[in-house]
Amino acid sequence: MADAAIAVEGLRKRFGDVQALCGIDLSAPPGTILGLLGPNGAGKTTAVRILTTLLPPDGGTARVAGLDVVRDAAALRARIGLAGQYAAVDENLTGFENLDMVGRLYHLGRGPSRERAHELLERFSLTDAANRLAKTYSGGMRRRLDLAAALVARPPVLFLDEPTTGLDPRSRLQLWETIEARVAAGTTVLLTTQYLDEADRLADRIAVIDHGTVIAEGTPDELKSRVGGERLEVTLESYDQEQAAIEALAPLADERPKCDHGILVMPLDKSRGNIAEAVRQLDAASVRISDIALRRPTLDDVFISLTGRAAEEAEEEEAAA
Amino acid sequence: MSALAHTVADTAVVAKRNLLRIPRQPDLWVSFTIQPVIFVVLFVYVFGGAISTPGYDDYVDFLMPGIIVQTMSFGGFVTAIGLSDDLRKGLIDRFRSLPMARSAVLAGRTLADVATNTVSLVVMVVVGLLVGFNFTSSPLEVVAGFGLLLLFGYAFSWIFAFIALNASSAEGAQALGFIVIFPLTFASSAFVPPESMPAGVEEFAKANPISTVVDATRALLVDAPAGNDVWAALLWCIGLIAVFATLSVYRYKRAVSS
Repeated sequence: MADAAIAVEGLRKRFGDVQALCGIDLSAPPGTILGLLGPNGAGKTTAVRILTTLLPPDGGTARVAGLDVVRDAAALRARIGLAGQYAAVDENLTGFENLDMVGRLYHLGRGPSRERAHELLERFSLTDAANRLAKTYSGGMRRRLDLAAALVARPPVLFLDEPTTGLDPRSRLQLWETIEARVAAGTTVLLTTQYLDEADRLADRIAVIDHGTVIAEGTPDELKSRVGGERLEVTLESYDQEQAAIEALAPLADERPKCDHGILVMPLDKSRGNIAEAVRQLDAASVRISDIALRRPTLDDVFISLTGRAAEEAEEEEAAA
Repeated sequence: MSALAHTVADTAVVAKRNLLRIPRQPDLWVSFTIQPVIFVVLFVYVFGGAISTPGYDDYVDFLMPGIIVQTMSFGGFVTAIGLSDDLRKGLIDRFRSLPMARSAVLAGRTLADVATNTVSLVVMVVVGLLVGFNFTSSPLEVVAGFGLLLLFGYAFSWIFAFIALNASSAEGAQALGFIVIFPLTFASSAFVPPESMPAGVEEFAKANPISTVVDATRALLVDAPAGNDVWAALLWCIGLIAVFATLSVYRYKRAVSS
């Protein structure tokens, strides 16, 4: 624990009647991405605000880069970068002015601040827009500028609070690649997200958080293995052949395949056969199919099996509460 | 660098940022240029004829120092709107996560707002001269008067910074601001002599620090009898700045949490 870049024990925070964090534990070794996954209102942002010294905790301890978030708050601020849920850039400054300002406030000095600003604009493909006001930027450009601002002082620990919310798929992918590059260079990242595919793609370890409690923790694969192995999904051309398909594939599975609305789903037992074997069996039985796929369990499945409800439902609950 | 040098440098960076923003927000100019001009025109040509100001040949000479004081207090709205905007957009969170001086965001903000107040002051003086106002004191006194007005505006920027940090939105901050500014500026010697008000209101107007500042401004711009008003006005301004700067920085440190 001593050499963890992020080490959180029993962190608690209450707002009025709402217990936002009920004693969470988190840990991330240097150079890894810890994903904090949960619906809106689960307590993700509260955790980030405490770890970035914006909010004092009610109880528990949290150390980031070896520094206590309460006692060493001033020193810690020089060693972290934060990119927020809404891109915290100044719309009435240019991209360059934004980064230069942040550099000066990290006390990099006049010359190095300017140099660093140009360097980051270049790396984030914003050089052409460097002298345009940020309010003219697209959503993806703003997020990139926001992330660049978080990286100005080359912080060893980076906090990204829902960095891709509201981004189009291409911008999301670009941002993911940038984050992965930072981690490859040794940065530790705490990433909150409500997108299961994002946590799956980026995180080395994931803490699933719900109602201020960590309800599961592990690598994406560990979490997925909790809901079982791979499943075969076959889409039939015609509903008439449901029964024939079930008969044809039954020998490949432990349990009898289920078929609903022309889609057959069954767990695939590797010892009995693979997807090629399934195709042969279906062909032999003259079952016509329009699609066949091996489906690995997603984190959506994990979330449902952990909480008994889908991530979206959990969100609606929070909204209604 | 020492902590003090850091504070000064950080404040300068934030002040520069806010100064850069001014020419890029033309919609904001309305509040510190056109709005006060409308007030002058309304008071001079609508109410002026009905208000008697013993000791003054022309209502304009009585009005201008008072209405400029009110305009300086309106400068606080620029502070409040700017800070509320920064809070809402997450910029304050970013600043609070940086290793910068804890007073710099507010000090830089209020300092830059002295610039917008200076623009307002110039606009008001020009409009005043156009509607017949005359400086009747010495140039040195006039300069001192401008200094006092800007100091008073600076004090109101700190009051409004505190309001913005405690309000939940820019609209909330503006509503709160009007509740503070309207009674204080109208129930004062700014627009009509307090002697013409009913008892009670008259007492309030005479005790009102805005009256002290207005009377001091009159003394410095049109050579009205000052008494101790100039020094009292100066003390009021410094006192307000000390109190509200302390309160605001304390509030800023204590998590301006959503």
